[in-house]
Amino acid sequence: MTDAALDVSSPASAGEDIRALQSRIAQMQATKLDTRAVRTHPAIAPLLPGGSLRAGAAYSVESSTALVMALMAGPSADGIWCGVVGLPDFGVEAAARFGVDLERLALVPHPGDEWLTVTAAMADVVGVVVTRVPGRVSDGALARLQARIRQREATLIVLGDWPQSEATLRITESTWTGIGAGHGYLAGRQAMVSVTARTGNGRPRRGRLWLPDGDELFRPVIELPGMAGRGEGAAAVAASAAAFAPAAAPAFAPMRLLREVNG
Amino acid sequence: MSAGAAAGAVRTMVLWCPDWPVAATAEAEGLTLDDPIAVIEKGLVYACSEGARSDGVRRGLRLREAQARSPRLRDFPYDPVRVNRAFEPLIGALEEMSPNVQVMRAGSCALRARGPKRFYGTEHVAALAFLERFAELGVTEARVGVADGLFAAEQAARLPGVDLIRIVPEGASPEFLARLPLQLLGEEELCALLWRLGIRTLGDFAALPAEDVRSRFGEPGARAHERASGTDPRRVVPRIPPEVRESVNAFEPPLERIDQITFSIRAEADRFVGELAAARLVCTELRVEIATERGEVRERTWLHPRWFGANDVVDRVRWQLQGGSTIESTLSAPVVRVRLTAETVDDSARHETGLWGTGSEERIHHGLSRVQSIVGHEGVLTASIGGGRSPRERQLLVPWGDRPPTPAAAPGRAAPAGLPGRAASTASASGALARIAPTSASPNGGARLTLAGTEDMIGPSSTSSSSATPTSVIPTSATPSITAASTAPGTTAATPRPASAGARRRGPKSSARAEVAPWPGSLPPPLPTTVFEQRRQVLLLTSRNELVDVDDSGELIGEPARFSPDVSSRSLRPVQAWAGPWPVSERWWDSRKARRLDRLQLIDADGTAWLLALDRHLWWAEARYD
Repeated sequence: MTDAALDVSSPASAGEDIRALQSRIAQMQATKLDTRAVRTHPAIAPLLPGGSLRAGAAYSVESSTALVMALMAGPSADGIWCGVVGLPDFGVEAAARFGVDLERLALVPHPGDEWLTVTAAMADVVGVVVTRVPGRVSDGALARLQARIRQREATLIVLGDWPQSEATLRITESTWTGIGAGHGYLAGRQAMVSVTARTGNGRPRRGRLWLPDGDELFRPVIELPGMAGRGEGAAAVAASAAAFAPAAAPAFAPMRLLREVNG
Repeated sequence: MSAGAAAGAVRTMVLWCPDWPVAATAEAEGLTLDDPIAVIEKGLVYACSEGARSDGVRRGLRLREAQARSPRLRDFPYDPVRVNRAFEPLIGALEEMSPNVQVMRAGSCALRARGPKRFYGTEHVAALAFLERFAELGVTEARVGVADGLFAAEQAARLPGVDLIRIVPEGASPEFLARLPLQLLGEEELCALLWRLGIRTLGDFAALPAEDVRSRFGEPGARAHERASGTDPRRVVPRIPPEVRESVNAFEPPLERIDQITFSIRAEADRFVGELAAARLVCTELRVEIATERGEVRERTWLHPRWFGANDVVDRVRWQLQGGSTIESTLSAPVVRVRLTAETVDDSARHETGLWGTGSEERIHHGLSRVQSIVGHEGVLTASIGGGRSPRERQLLVPWGDRPPTPAAAPGRAAPAGLPGRAASTASASGALARIAPTSASPNGGARLTLAGTEDMIGPSSTSSSSATPTSVIPTSATPSITAASTAPGTTAATPRPASAGARRRGPKSSARAEVAPWPGSLPPPLPTTVFEQRRQVLLLTSRNELVDVDDSGELIGEPARFSPDVSSRSLRPVQAWAGPWPVSERWWDSRKARRLDRLQLIDADGTAWLLALDRHLWWAEARYD
């Protein structure tokens, strides 16, 4: 039986088929209507699928707390509560500098064995839940949590892997400025952020961001004409910045500058 | 009443417990009154026990002198809340026997003598009954004085002697007072003046014509004169007994399991909250006292962001019992009593829910309270930014619902010490005192200064002494957060290298400035996004695999070339860039809190930046920029 099944297709083409099927399933799952957009910081919005964070969706961030904070900044500025579960090393002051309002931030550093309950309870009330999946959690539990997130229209940001994440964000390279071999100090960082969406062709979107720059702002690196790899991306940034500007805090001021540069 | 002199005075009874602050403190601390105990307020002895008195300790003595006289002296700060709270049961007991009690201060109370006299027959019998009741509650030292007027009665109670009950017959108060010394009036200025005028006793003072006293000493003098002549017009102003603000749950037999206790108090908590609600009050601050069979009492005050419902009360009791363990765990000793007291109550009208609810804040509150009931009170935190130099100590985490802590000590108190040891520039010290902009004159780039030393921070003493020593651009007594690059030749100053050296006293200390203090020497932005709860030990090696260290003058020994985020040599990776070291020397005057570190920033091969600290020749990762 099994031999016969193996004979039908070579392992390579079987893997191909499975991948194709999976991507079709994923696309079909993505056709969920009316997912509400959550206000997102304009620097990072164009990289995300759909141009913003979505309520009821999960995002996975690979090993960069700064990216997590960048994702949190937009909703927090919009008056949404954020909950951080199971991250005892979360740098609160850095989060505040990124634009996360500490007045609307609740931390549960050590949920212990009650991680799932606490995260679910948190998702009931706060708009953005940031967490890291502890050791061993069954797939069923994760699926239940995902369902709860979707039902409560919260946004889940997971530091690490998440099976049904809308997009996975990672920093593929980062360059620090201001520091040399034994002199200077850390002043700013340019990071190449790459976002792999669950749906789509599997090619990641990339964007170079200051995370943050010397003035503690995070914004896209303004690329000079000719060097620009993603002109339309920058334009999208400018467009969303225009939409964002009226209510924007002074922290977003560089966006206006960017708009002028782009035209 | 009968005598003309006492026309204005009402027959009054005063109950006095001698050394009450000491007695209350001794009971709370588990000591006896024979131990030498002193209660200290503002550095002076406020009250002391018999044991201390026999060693020569007196009220008003300075603490040091008291300690010199009685080497075994145990001193405690005066805690008015504790002292008053300990007196509360006595008042309650007294009120059960006779209403309308006035609390004059903790340890002494007054009531009109007429009622008890009618009820018990004579004043003496009434006083005896009160003393017996006090003795049942464990206060055997109490004394009673009965006289016309509050002042006379108080003096009768406080008069030294063996009598526990002293009754001044009706109308005899002026004669009784006449023999007493003037100082009992408690008006220091007036007494000093009268003393110089040759007046020694209350009788002498009372003999002066009232009109003359009033015209010379004004209204306060006239009132003192009335007291001295036994015509104290003050009436007993009975206190209004507190509303139902307390609930005591005694367990017989004592309970051992937390779930049993929480179950038993649930009904009581309902009643407690219900009665408050009936009085149109809500409790916003709750005190929970848990007494165990061994006699220990654990008490704690809980705050609530809104107000306590019955479930919240039960939760607080459970958390206090738990102290981190799970609900099934057994306690160290069985609990005999749980006492709930509403410390602060508020008008419930101010806490009404609006017709359409109070919106999301309330929802958040309910949700977070629920999380709190899962992980415990300390499990859910809110954050604010405080003062300090290490990233960890700057974040103040407070349990949800509690008040934010008071701001940390001013950097004026937490003075860092980092004097330039070998400095070549003769830049004037006053120039160094000014705030230095985060751009430097270095043409080579990379050498930038961010120094937040302000003039306020540095006292004149440092100015004068630093002019004696040639100083670089680094403010003398502020730890430079970042120094200029030593490898950059041709900078204005030669090589400003902060070295560990003696620190000096800071300028004016001001607590008002604590909140806005600039904390020179704290980390410059960008701030680390991951701040380790427990710092992690790391390895930092040179290219020849030797440990990097810092010598006595603050210079690195060896150049960092390989780094491992843990202590295993397998995860060693090359170092991309590094900067430092920057010395931090804090609280050098306090041997327990003193800290001496050398900080270093480092980028490893992955592009992750780290904040490292060298402490006693070991490298630790304090934070990570990821």
